[in-house]
Amino acid sequence: MSDAPHLRPDIDAVLRVRDLVVEFPMKRGRRVHAVSGISFDVARGETLGIVGESGCGKSTTGRAIMQMPRPTSGSIEFESTELTALGKRELREARTRVQMIFQDPISSLNPRRRVRDSVLDPLDIWNRGTVEERASRVDKTLEEVGIDPQRAHDSRPHEFSGGQCQRIAIARALVLDPTLIICDEPVSALDVSVQAQVLNLLEDLKAAHGLTMIFIAHDLAVVKNISDRVAVMYLGRLCEIADPDRLYDRPAHPYTRVLLDSVPVPDPSLGRATTAITGEPPSPISPPTGCRFHPRCPAADERCRVEVPEMTEIEPGHHVACHHPLVTPVTISS
Amino acid sequence: MTSLQTDGRVADGRLLTVEDLRTTFATERGPVCAVDGVSLTLDRGQALGIVGESGSGKTVLSRSIMGLLPSTARREGSIRFGDQDLLGPNAPDMSRLWGREMSMVFQNPMVSLNPVMRIGEQIAEPLRIHLGMSRRDAKATAIRLLRDVRIPEPDRRVDQYPHELSGGMRQRVMIAIALACGPTLLFADEPTTALDVTVQAQILELIAEQRAERNMSVVLVTHDLGVVAGHTDVIAVMYGGRLVEIAPTKVLFSQMRMPYTEALLQSIPRLDQKSHTRLNAIPGRPPDLHDPPRGCAFAPRCAFARDRCREEAPPLATAENPDHKFACWYPVGSPEYHETKERISAGLEIGSTS
Ligand SMILES: Nc1ncnc2c1ncn2[C@@H]1O[C@H](COP(=O)(O)OP(=O)(O)OP(=O)(O)O)[C@@H](O)[C@H]1O
Ligand SMILES: Nc1ncnc2c1ncn2[C@@H]1O[C@H](COP(=O)(O)OP(=O)(O)OP(=O)(O)O)[C@@H](O)[C@H]1O
Ligand code: SF4
Ligand code: SF4
Ligand SMILES: [Mg+2]
Ligand SMILES: [Mg+2]
Repeated sequence: MSDAPHLRPDIDAVLRVRDLVVEFPMKRGRRVHAVSGISFDVARGETLGIVGESGCGKSTTGRAIMQMPRPTSGSIEFESTELTALGKRELREARTRVQMIFQDPISSLNPRRRVRDSVLDPLDIWNRGTVEERASRVDKTLEEVGIDPQRAHDSRPHEFSGGQCQRIAIARALVLDPTLIICDEPVSALDVSVQAQVLNLLEDLKAAHGLTMIFIAHDLAVVKNISDRVAVMYLGRLCEIADPDRLYDRPAHPYTRVLLDSVPVPDPSLGRATTAITGEPPSPISPPTGCRFHPRCPAADERCRVEVPEMTEIEPGHHVACHHPLVTPVTISS
Repeated sequence: MTSLQTDGRVADGRLLTVEDLRTTFATERGPVCAVDGVSLTLDRGQALGIVGESGSGKTVLSRSIMGLLPSTARREGSIRFGDQDLLGPNAPDMSRLWGREMSMVFQNPMVSLNPVMRIGEQIAEPLRIHLGMSRRDAKATAIRLLRDVRIPEPDRRVDQYPHELSGGMRQRVMIAIALACGPTLLFADEPTTALDVTVQAQILELIAEQRAERNMSVVLVTHDLGVVAGHTDVIAVMYGGRLVEIAPTKVLFSQMRMPYTEALLQSIPRLDQKSHTRLNAIPGRPPDLHDPPRGCAFAPRCAFARDRCREEAPPLATAENPDHKFACWYPVGSPEYHETKERISAGLEIGSTS
């Protein structure tokens, strides 16, 4: 059996991440174990959602794909190119095909520049097409995200609302026609009504451009809505990965269950969520042995304290790293 | 019936009555009416949720009641707290009410906590100022409060600084400070917005528990309808500085009448929906308070708007249920609402633009 049965060697993958480790050195030889050996792949046209509590390593994973900073170890294969092996110049080139969108839309744009110029910049830097072609591409992209190009030509970021700035940041990410977009909490700072607008926009753009996406967020309902596959992280490790309808219907990892039980439901007839967990995640400087969730897990036993659980498939396409999963494995014929 | 305790506090019954409250800020671009004619009541032990989009006036309403406003603000109308008239000629000195009668938990604990002061001292300070406790008693009480808000090892934590605590623990400390002098009314303004769902669930549970234990009233301000659904008795929905719907929580969710409330609920993704369910986004943006629209402030974004909506602002009124008020000419369930709905589903009209 493979040590990573959730990987899909036969698919047309845009991205293959193997055994990714990211550590940050600290004083006195200590290290932050931000990401500790995670593997996943993303199929062409797929949206992979990544969820987990603050500090579990979601952003670090996204940034490691971009080689910002370069990971401590592991392999990142993007469209058959090993990014960790690229030199500076080749990496710069590769980064035009992987774009990132961040949480804070206003500060991700240059405050002193007119908005249309910020969207045009990447085309100028990479010298794509003629001047006229660039101009028409920028205007087309702005219109696609619902921003009036003329207004973008006249105005700076502070003259737009948060939702509009996020649309502009999306246009800037799209203008070079990337293959993969990594969205790190792209709607977390937006009002609920605006959040829905931006989520719908991302769905439309994905369909129109055949985009592949990684969507990082701590809001489980948002991630369910936009993803084709969802990965749950805890303290630098992957707990569970499956398609969203299955994962949310039948969580197999005790931590996924806790996360889902904690979400407040906008329906008072269902009663209040019971708090299924106490305590807070331990420090990533000295993570627990064995299963990193064991100090907070109601089902933990001696084995959990010593042995790191490996990913296993418990039903087709549903993988969990737990010694005592909540879903009984069905026999899978190969 | 309102009954008074020996110390003059309301033991049960009506605690707060707000009538036609209007809060206006003087700004360079002219006056901004951030709270526009709000009326509501709150009983001892009750929890009121205030929901609405960013800028709808939730924070200004809470701060208007507490009297925590900048000097550019002017309040009109009436606020009665127990037997005291907070806006009348004999209004009490508000600083005497803060902490003891009303207190507030803010959204961002890192901004509200003093970074160079031990958390124990920050909890003890109001105890010494308002209740005249000795240093030793105040510290002992601080440790008990930390235990009440479920901070592990309170004897050790009491001497730590805010940066030594996690975000969830800092918010607990804020709650401990707010609870220190035993207030009758707690304002919690987005108390969990920056926190993880697991921590959010713990904090909301903590507030609910303290409310029950102390028979305290709570005003929970949030943009998250999920949060208020499980933790309030009454919900008030604000839009453009006005109350547009108010009802007991169960009634609001089962029979919402205001198209805005409905749109707000439908715009959030839900766990019980299949993935890739198309969200019903509300088009456009909330009104500019410098230049509010003439009729219903929601009309430019409302799929059910008709000419009357753009001319005349609907009053907040009751229909069959006296506890349920809403401000809308063509509410959810009305013949006009159904007619528009049918037209939309027939594809003849995709929403309405102003
Ligand atoms: N440059 C850095 N130096 C040291 N530690 C870091 C650095 N960047 C991240 N970390 C640590 O690595 C861990 C993972 O952080 P990361 O930002 O990836 O978490 P996250 O899952 O994105 O959390 P959030 O939901 O809060 O954004 C955290 O403990 C964080 O403090
Ligand atoms: N000191 C002030 N001077 C002028 N206008 C103000 C002031 N404080 C608030 N406002 C305005 O009052 C309106 C209501 O603001 P408020 O902070 O109450 O909104 P909110 O509903 O709490 O929004 P959020 O969800 O973003 O916290 C906004 O338009 C805001 O710009
Ligand atoms: S491996 Fe053990 S401790 Fe970890 S989640 Fe599973 S049951 Fe809990
Ligand atoms: S009054 Fe008219 S515009 Fe306002 S919410 Fe009702 S139907 Fe919509
Ligand atoms: Mg992050
Ligand atoms: Mg506010």
